[in-house]
Amino acid sequence: MSTRIVILGGGTGGTLTANRLRKALPHDAAITVVDENEQHVYQPGLLFVPFGLTHPEDIIRARSRQLHKGIDFHQSGIDRVDIDADQVHLADGTTLGYDVLVVATGSRLVPEETEGLLGPGWMEKVFTFYDVPGSSALETALADFDGGRLVINVIDLPIKCPVAPLEFCFLADWYFTERGIRDRVQITYVTPLDGAFTKPTASRALGGMLDERNIELITEFNTGEVDGAGGRLISYDEREVPFDLAVVIPVHSGAAYVAASPGLGDELDFVLTDEHTLQSKVRPNIFAIGDGTSLPISKAGSVTHFEGEVLVENIQRFVAGEELDASYDGHANCFIETGFHKAMLIDFNYDQEPVGGHFPAAVGMPLLKESRLNHLGKLMFQWFYWHALLPGRDIPGIGSDMPDAGKRKEST
Amino acid sequence: MTTATIAGVDVAVNDEGFFEDPDQWTEAMAEELARADGIDPLTDKHWQVLHFMRAEYAEKGTGPTVRALGKTSGVSVKELYQLFPKGPAKMAAKIAGIPKPRGCI
Repeated sequence: MSTRIVILGGGTGGTLTANRLRKALPHDAAITVVDENEQHVYQPGLLFVPFGLTHPEDIIRARSRQLHKGIDFHQSGIDRVDIDADQVHLADGTTLGYDVLVVATGSRLVPEETEGLLGPGWMEKVFTFYDVPGSSALETALADFDGGRLVINVIDLPIKCPVAPLEFCFLADWYFTERGIRDRVQITYVTPLDGAFTKPTASRALGGMLDERNIELITEFNTGEVDGAGGRLISYDEREVPFDLAVVIPVHSGAAYVAASPGLGDELDFVLTDEHTLQSKVRPNIFAIGDGTSLPISKAGSVTHFEGEVLVENIQRFVAGEELDASYDGHANCFIETGFHKAMLIDFNYDQEPVGGHFPAAVGMPLLKESRLNHLGKLMFQWFYWHALLPGRDIPGIGSDMPDAGKRKEST
Repeated sequence: MTTATIAGVDVAVNDEGFFEDPDQWTEAMAEELARADGIDPLTDKHWQVLHFMRAEYAEKGTGPTVRALGKTSGVSVKELYQLFPKGPAKMAAKIAGIPKPRGCI
């Protein structure tokens, strides 16, 4: 019988996995991608919408159009996975049996988990830019903002693209400077971490950049309540941060159907996944990729891209009855937009924190340093996303393993 | 790595005072560590959280985050902060004698 591959989620991970598998597997292997809607959002673009630098219609394309010929797209919500029966139950009543299941449904925002966040003031003076409606509404709110306290708050990790909230701060500094009212806007970054970022060297560099831009940094703040009407963030240890406009990144969980599928996920509904093979720890025929895994690594498109190569290799091996030997090293690579047409680049993995130097080798883009070249890299990336990353093309010179050449490790 | 004397016993700790080896921990050490952090005495609720953290560490190789603790320990996040005011994940990990939680990236 031919192999049945079911991929849950038609975003970055699901799409690139389907396209790579279609090339790699024999023609009689059936590949089905399930997603509840047809809108594939280029998520890195959401950061730029509030500042009028891009628009929702420019970052959304049809999911099914990104899938190569010979891949079946099934549009439906997902009710649950029966991991003992190797079946997925869909909201439209369909039951899909599988030989191999790939969980690629990413993470979802759960603002309801924070007291008061969805209460009075939500979408009036409290916003998030982590979805299309939020980032669109924030464009209007920023345009109407003529001065006062702007607070950017990460409630708790993990979140998608952990540098995005910092980029928002840098872009806000640029935006209000361009409007000539920067002196009337107080920008404050409020984080549960003990510094600007998770990794020490990058945290020091980013912390210095906040300081240079006169952006206040409040650390170890664990938001317990958002009082939209009163304009206050309140921490569990009863500290308060006042605001006139708050940009809040809600806590994230895995997809809702994971919670409804006994044994599939952890307490936050992320799928328990082996950090090197990307096989789930749940069943040998279940694999996971991207933001929906439990891996101790950033939830980001670059991570998903690097995982894809390893995942597809291991699925091929699994189907052939061979031992899984492809290994993911935790490679992540992020452009950090810093405003005024500059950006910086960080590159790291499970063991190597982001440091200075150049990427991918001694001659290349500067690491952990602002430059115009990196800003152009960030802009070009959207083209690359639709035309190379999703179709599953390899990039010459950049493999899934993190390159060591060019990194200045003494700077730690 | 350094050595600290806790409840009369030499223990290997990291530079922030977290245990390197959870097997060196005793309940008497927890009492002393808690007092040093201003918790006196440790109540049943404290012990519930401390034992839960040790069990989680033994199973998963890292201590839970505050959010995960709130979902799985049977003690709400609000209450966790009342029990361990300086931050439940770190403070309870230190008193429970497990390495510093890796947290999230």
